[in-house]
Amino acid sequence: MLESLVDATGLTKRFGSFTAVSGIDFHVQPGEAFGMLGPNGAGKSSTMRMIGCVSPVTEGHLRILGMDPAVDGPAIRARIGSVPQEDTLDTEMSVWDNMVTYGRYFGISHALIRERADELLRFFQLIDRRDDKVDPLSGGMKRRLTVARALINQPEMVLLDEPTTGLDPQARHLLWERLYQLKRSGVTLVLTTHYMDEAEQLCDRLVIMDRGRIVAEGSPRELIDRHATREVVELRFASTEEQERSVPLLEPGSPRVESLTDRVLVYTSDGEAALGLLAEHALQPTSVLVRRSSLEDVFLLLTGRQLEE
Amino acid sequence: MIAMGGARLLVERNVRAYRRQWFVFASGFAEPLLYLLSIGIGVGELVGRIPGPGGELVTYREFVAPGMLAAAAMNGAILDTTFNFFVKLKYQGVYDAMLATPLRPFDIAAGEVSWSLLRGAAYSAAFLVAMLLFGLVHSWWAVLVVPAAVLIGFAFAGAGLGATTYMRSWTDFDLVSAALVPMFLFSGTFFPLSRYPGWFEWVVKATPLYQGVALERALVFGALDWTTPLHAAYLIALGLVGVRIASRRLATLLTA
Ligand SMILES: Nc1ncnc2c1ncn2[C@@H]1O[C@H](COP(=O)(O)OP(=O)(O)O)[C@@H](O)[C@H]1O
Ligand SMILES: [Mg+2]
Repeated sequence: MLESLVDATGLTKRFGSFTAVSGIDFHVQPGEAFGMLGPNGAGKSSTMRMIGCVSPVTEGHLRILGMDPAVDGPAIRARIGSVPQEDTLDTEMSVWDNMVTYGRYFGISHALIRERADELLRFFQLIDRRDDKVDPLSGGMKRRLTVARALINQPEMVLLDEPTTGLDPQARHLLWERLYQLKRSGVTLVLTTHYMDEAEQLCDRLVIMDRGRIVAEGSPRELIDRHATREVVELRFASTEEQERSVPLLEPGSPRVESLTDRVLVYTSDGEAALGLLAEHALQPTSVLVRRSSLEDVFLLLTGRQLEE
Repeated sequence: MIAMGGARLLVERNVRAYRRQWFVFASGFAEPLLYLLSIGIGVGELVGRIPGPGGELVTYREFVAPGMLAAAAMNGAILDTTFNFFVKLKYQGVYDAMLATPLRPFDIAAGEVSWSLLRGAAYSAAFLVAMLLFGLVHSWWAVLVVPAAVLIGFAFAGAGLGATTYMRSWTDFDLVSAALVPMFLFSGTFFPLSRYPGWFEWVVKATPLYQGVALERALVFGALDWTTPLHAAYLIALGLVGVRIASRRLATLLTA
C-alpha cells in the first residue's frame, strides 16, 4: 500500500486564544489532486502553512512524506513545492533570476537550474519574458511564475493556496490546464480555493472547510450526490410578498427550500414538478432557472451560508 | 561549514539583486572619500595638530581618517540590515519565499550579516588604499584595518537586524537615525574624547562606534594596548547577540 503524503489527525492551529483550525483529520494520497474548499477565514491557509512546514502545529498529529515537520522541516521542504496565497516573487529581479535564485535556495547546481528553468518557463508560457522584471507582469503571469518557481526542485507534491484568485477567466483557464497536465505527470496537488468550478475542475477529492472544521469530504460528484439533490430550481419573484407566499407551496414536493434575500432555491429531484405547484396557485416567478446542483449548493446546504459574499 | 551554506545562498541572492544596481553599491566607496577630502583635508587645514591615540601630536587628517573608515563600515552595515532588511521582510516577501525552501531563519540572519560585512569590507579596503595614497597610514598593524572593519560591520549588522525585527512601521526608523547621527558625530570620529566632561566620556565609550573608531585608530597608528582586544571582543559580542535575537524573531514573525 502506498503511504500517504500528508497524514493529519486532530490537526489544530491556534493564534493566541483564537482557534483557526480545529482538530481536522485528512490524508492525501500520492498522485491525487486534493482540495480544500471554504470561505475566507475557514482555516485553509493556516492548514496549508502547516503542511508547508512554515507554521508550527499547535496540536495534533501531522506527517508530511512520512516525516515530522517540527523535526524535519528543511528535509520536507526540499521535496515539496509551495505556492502561497500571496505571491512572494523577488521584485528586484528578472523572471529568469527569480528562477535561478529560488533554485539555488534548494542547493541545486547552476547547470541543472538553467535546464529546468528554461523548460518550466516554456511550459508556463513565460519564456518571452525571461529578462523582464517581475513587477510589470500581469497577475496571471506572476502567478504562473510563482508556480513555475515552485517546481524548480521537481517536487513530489505541490501546495497551491488559492492559485487563481483574482485572475481573469483566460488566465485561470490557462493555469488550470497546466495544473491538470502536472497532475497527469504524477505530481500530487494540494490546493485550496473558494471557487466551486475550480474545485470541480481540478480536484479528485476534497474537503469542505468552515470555521476551522471539515464539514464534508468526498469527490465533487459524491458530495453533490450525498448532500444535494439532482436538480436545483432558482426562482426570482417580483415582490417579497409573492416570494413568501410561494415558499410553503413548494415545501411539500421538495426535500429542501432555501429562501434567500433575492431568490428561492428549491432542491428537488424534479424541477418541472416543483414549478407545477406554483402554476396551480397562479404564482408567476419573474425568472426561473432549472439546473444541476453544484458544490455551491452543497456548501449552502451544509453551512446555511453562501460561499462568496 | 554546513551551517553557513544557507547564508552563502542568501549572499548569492543579494549579489544577483545588486547586479542591476551597481551604482548604489559603488556610491558606498565614494561617501567616506568625500568626507575625508572635505573634512579631513579641508577642515584639517584650519585645525592644526591634535593628540593621537598614543598621545603624540598628529595632523587632523591623520586623526580623522580611521574614524571615517569605522563610520563607513557602520553605515554600510546599517543600510542593508535596517532599511533594506525591513523592505524585504515586510513588503517584498523575500524571506517568506526562502522559508518555503530548505533554508531556516538562522540562515537568513547569518546571510544578511555576512552580506553586509562583505560589503563593508570592500568599502573599507578601498578606503584603506586611499589612506595609503594620502600617506595617512603609519604602521604595519594597518593590515588588520580591514578585518577590524569587518568586526565593526558584524556588530552593526547584528544590532541592525535585531532591532529591525522589532520595528512596526517606517516611523520607527527615526529612532535609528536618532541613535546613529549623534554616534557618528560624537564617538571620537571627529575629535578626541578629552574634549568632553568625564561622565559623557563614559557614555561615548559605551557606544559600538567608539569601540570601532578606537580599534581602527590604534591599528592605523600602531598604538595598541590592553584595551585593543577588548574593543574587538565588544564588537564580536554585539554582533553575536544581534544575530541570535534576529534569527529568533524572524522565526516568530515569519512562521506564525
Ligand atoms: N498569523 C495570524 N494571527 C492571527 N490570526 C490569524 C493569523 N493567520 C490567520 N488568522 C486567522 O485565522 C482564521 C483563518 O485564517 P486562514 O487560515 O487564512 O483562512 P482562509 O485561508 O481559509 O481564508 C482567520 O480568522 C484569520 O483571521
Ligand atoms: Mg487563505
